[in-house]
Amino acid sequence: MHIRLTFMYDMGERARMLHGFEMTVWLSIVTIAASTVIGVIGVWLLGAHSVAVRRAVDGYVQFFRNTPPLVQLYFFFFALSPLLSVHVAGGGSRPMLGNLFWAAFSLSLFAGAFNVEIFRSGIEAIPRTTLEAAESLGFSRLQTFATIVFPLAFRIGLPAFTNNVVNLVKTTSLAYAIAVPEMLYSASQIWSDDLNVPEMMSFILVAYVALVAIVVWTMEWLERRLRIPGYGM
Amino acid sequence: MKFVRAFFIATLTAFVVGFWATAPASARDTLADIKQRGKLVVGVKTDYKPFGFLDPSGKVVGIEPDLAADVARRLGVTIEYVPVVAANRIQFLQQGRIDLMIATMTDTPEREGLVGIVKPNYYDSGADVLARKGSGLNTWADVRGKTLCGIQGAYYNKDVQDKYGATLQSFTGTAEALNALQSGSCVGFVYDDTFNLPKLNDPQWSGYECKLPSIEALPWGVAVEKSDDKFLAYMSDVVKDWHKSGLIMSLQKKYGLPVSEFAKRMNAEANHK
Repeated sequence: MHIRLTFMYDMGERARMLHGFEMTVWLSIVTIAASTVIGVIGVWLLGAHSVAVRRAVDGYVQFFRNTPPLVQLYFFFFALSPLLSVHVAGGGSRPMLGNLFWAAFSLSLFAGAFNVEIFRSGIEAIPRTTLEAAESLGFSRLQTFATIVFPLAFRIGLPAFTNNVVNLVKTTSLAYAIAVPEMLYSASQIWSDDLNVPEMMSFILVAYVALVAIVVWTMEWLERRLRIPGYGM
Repeated sequence: MKFVRAFFIATLTAFVVGFWATAPASARDTLADIKQRGKLVVGVKTDYKPFGFLDPSGKVVGIEPDLAADVARRLGVTIEYVPVVAANRIQFLQQGRIDLMIATMTDTPEREGLVGIVKPNYYDSGADVLARKGSGLNTWADVRGKTLCGIQGAYYNKDVQDKYGATLQSFTGTAEALNALQSGSCVGFVYDDTFNLPKLNDPQWSGYECKLPSIEALPWGVAVEKSDDKFLAYMSDVVKDWHKSGLIMSLQKKYGLPVSEFAKRMNAEANHK
């Protein structure tokens, strides 16, 4: 059996494959960070006094959880983006924000919705007595959230959060549909030219497994680091 | 149980006899069949404007049906069009459902082993760019550094990026790529010229032009059944005459396509000799 990993000896293809890998790593880092921030803010707003704010967050979560991420990507890039256009010299217009932005934006919102639910499940696992104790000690709502509630909720929700992060790293491959040159896009270009689909597919599978393994080891390290003695986590 | 066994044996026999009966006979003599029938059966596309499509009344029209009608006229027979698609055009020819196939088929070595492809080739198709007017794309040197939309997996993408230096944003389908072109994400759409050129006649695309010449052209071939050498030789003369008389060029004009370099070149070569 003849194995042809053409990008090993073709410099142009190697550069493209490497760039694709970098793009996947970049997208993963940006979307993980942004979706975590969205999750924290979202779950904080879920406890707000205003009904409107709580409903808004709930609506956001429903919308981004109930629609497929590919459909969200298409919607943002093909339907929404042209509405935000600037005029170019020489007539015509150009969208302000490129496909890279929309991929990061859309995937962050998608994973953020799941994070809100994950952190909410962590918060609801905290015993009511702990919250009452904090309130009786004079902690404000923000102080309770920042120093007691969220650290505990995060530790409780860490396995589910790891799940979401791993899912997000794999979901970045959907960005190929809006022509973001990440790993799957670069690999598909190479196998269209060289017809070495099995080799390229195996390579990117191994690459994704390696990437996810790094993420999982990091999360496991985080889990060990955050362990609270006596809390059973 | 006895009935089941008998039924099984009967079905098996039917299969074997059926396969035996459809085994290829000796070489076909299509010309004789056509003359005897008084009718030429041609496989054409009916979904690919302007090469083969249906007019509002449902009649099959287009460049290739017209070429087929020319063959029928030469043979002095009537014509019957059989709609084909890429997935069945070769099979129909092999099964004898059609005598001749003129259906936008690219001539490849793999296909030459399956059917008899008439030489010289009657048409060719390459890639060009559907560009917004005023974007300054007049030659292929102008695409360097510009962002073009494309389709993933097209055979010319590598050259467009490496040789001509364009930044290529490839999408999965033409609808997405055309949407990106219209919204301004890219200055042009690099795709088959047979797709881009007819767009210029579409009022929705009135602000666009195709100034760049086609690159990476691949030839198309008229096809007959593989063992049919007599018909192959006959069609070869017919295609040579098409080029000599300029029929291809006049049909391109008739259906609103610019005259292709290939047609001009073949016409000049045929008349030079």
